[in-house]
Amino acid sequence: MDIYIIGQQWVNGLVLGSTYGLIAVGYTMVYGIIGMINFAHGDIYMISAYLTAIFLALFAAMGLHSVPVVLLGVLALTLLFTALYGWSVERVAYRPLRRSTRLAPLISAIGISLILQNYVRISQGARNQGVPPLLEGSFRFPAEALDHRFIQITYLQSLIVITALLSMALLTWIIQRTALGRACRATQQDRVMATLLGVNTDRIISLVFVMGAAMAAVAGFLVTLNYGSFDFYVGFLMGIKAFTAAVLGGIGSLPGAMLGGVVLGLAESFFAGFVNSDYKDVFAFSILILFLIFRPSGFLGVPEVEKV
Amino acid sequence: MSKFSQLVRVVIVGLLVLCVGHPGMGMRLSHAAEPIKIGMAGPFSGSDASFGEQLWRGAEQAAADINKAGGLLQQGGKGGRPIQLIKADDACEPKQAAAVASRLVDMEKVVAVVGHFCSSSTMPASTIYADAGVLMMTPGSTNPAITERQLSTVFRMCGRDDQQGVVGADFVLNRLKARRIAVLHDKTTYGQGLADAMRARLRSAGHTEVLYEGLTRGEKDFNALVTKLKGVQSDAVYFGGYHSEAGPLVRQMREQGMTAPLISGDGIFSEVLVTSAGGPGFVKGVYMTFGADPRKMPAGQALVELFRKNGYEPEGYTLYSYATVQAIAAAIQATQSLEGEKLAQWLRGHAVETVMGSKSWDGKGDLQVSDYVMYQWDDKGKYREVE
Repeated sequence: MDIYIIGQQWVNGLVLGSTYGLIAVGYTMVYGIIGMINFAHGDIYMISAYLTAIFLALFAAMGLHSVPVVLLGVLALTLLFTALYGWSVERVAYRPLRRSTRLAPLISAIGISLILQNYVRISQGARNQGVPPLLEGSFRFPAEALDHRFIQITYLQSLIVITALLSMALLTWIIQRTALGRACRATQQDRVMATLLGVNTDRIISLVFVMGAAMAAVAGFLVTLNYGSFDFYVGFLMGIKAFTAAVLGGIGSLPGAMLGGVVLGLAESFFAGFVNSDYKDVFAFSILILFLIFRPSGFLGVPEVEKV
Repeated sequence: MSKFSQLVRVVIVGLLVLCVGHPGMGMRLSHAAEPIKIGMAGPFSGSDASFGEQLWRGAEQAAADINKAGGLLQQGGKGGRPIQLIKADDACEPKQAAAVASRLVDMEKVVAVVGHFCSSSTMPASTIYADAGVLMMTPGSTNPAITERQLSTVFRMCGRDDQQGVVGADFVLNRLKARRIAVLHDKTTYGQGLADAMRARLRSAGHTEVLYEGLTRGEKDFNALVTKLKGVQSDAVYFGGYHSEAGPLVRQMREQGMTAPLISGDGIFSEVLVTSAGGPGFVKGVYMTFGADPRKMPAGQALVELFRKNGYEPEGYTLYSYATVQAIAAAIQATQSLEGEKLAQWLRGHAVETVMGSKSWDGKGDLQVSDYVMYQWDDKGKYREVE
């Protein structure tokens, strides 16, 4: 087998896996702190794709054309507004139901997911939307290659991998090293005790939703620029894949989410590339099933502790 | 006056009214304005909604034009019944298609259905219409199996994928001179059917494809597949599917440095392909088969002008949908009947003058003549016929 093809599949898998990982973080953080899956998370990602396109158009209308300024500006605004959506989801779908049965917030989250999808469909139209290519060009190894004998990573793809690593590092630092992170971990371990010790757990839970949404916004921003098109339904499949990544990595574990994402992305790329792309998803979900049977806590998850 | 004779008189008067009133005015008065319901089923949401919009624009305009001209089933030049279109959204999902088909038949009691669009939706829906004896004519479903099942009330206003695949394969072999051809599809009834038709023609011409694989609808990342295409050194890629996947696919081919042409069918025949690819720069080198441009046919010139005056470009299946309503209306008018079987029988034996010229159907419900030609995209994001 051609070394360049194998190398290229590593790149493909790494890029795809990084986006899965970024979104998986949102699932894993919310699960870690309230023990529930946020089914509206995929749609938060979808919203961020639309916000990216809207802000790009806004910057273009204002006559700003410097690529770094536009990229940073759009990312900041997308992050801010997507975080607002994440905060609202918690306020509307989770907080009022905090003391009801475990199933209630799950169902209300699915409701929010449907509302977001249809809200976007009605307000933005059901057609595919696109953004113009903003950052073109690529690194090739070796640089002087004949035919197709090279491994290529586009500038945007390298940006995806680097941003994913950086934001994971930042998030891990916040959780492990700051007062805020300590409050998060305290809430995760024992919500009642944390409240008794003066932690505002409601605020912490909101914050976790906001951070998860922010990571989804980073993914939505990068993916939209990379693939150039999206519609109101992109959150569904992406959400399922990211959720799978979170479970693979060990749900509740931050580095696990990233690792699970990369493993899933690589598995998909190699299977599609060297076996058969028809059965790519069958393969990916078979891995999930095997993990659920033989190692339910995933790569880096801690064994289930009974929650009080 | 006795009570008995009073009763007799009431009965006599009643009978008289019935005798005089029934055939003449009774019917006319109570039914004068009752609309004839025709279902318009297609993907009005989801990633294929741009096709649904084409269908709706065409059908809506056709119904409006027929109603303005006096409606259907006129007797003695007056009292025509208007067409009322019932919109039914299947989102290109087989399950939803079956559900809306049942609704059209059981609750709305439609006389005929224009639709559906995606072959995977038309398949289950057509069985429901056939069981209920409701006439169905699809403006855009090209999978051969739709009419091969010999359902007596199922027709189409478009060609078939086996014809489309032949045109595609001959073009790839003879004009593009490609020899290492990869065949991809999106695992839908339409996409895989088209890819199979293409492959069958390639094989009968003595060529074996270098790759035959499916991708997943709704995904955006096909980089692994593109790398594989590079690995097998494919010099032409045939794709059976819709523009929402064709766009990202061709973009990623170009980004990975593949210059091979991408050839597809009517599923990408929409300017939304440019949006799906994320810019006009990526669609150069994309080819697609479609019927000879209906916008250029003499019969439709006035209508095309009208659409353009209202700020809508009647591309793709718009005029097909208009013609479908015309065909159904012609059958109703000629038979003076609303029975699906009678309408179907009439359509099999008669030609209809439509906005796309004269159309007639064979025993299976396929068009007698279909005219696929090849179109080519340029780097401005426009397509034109290949000479």
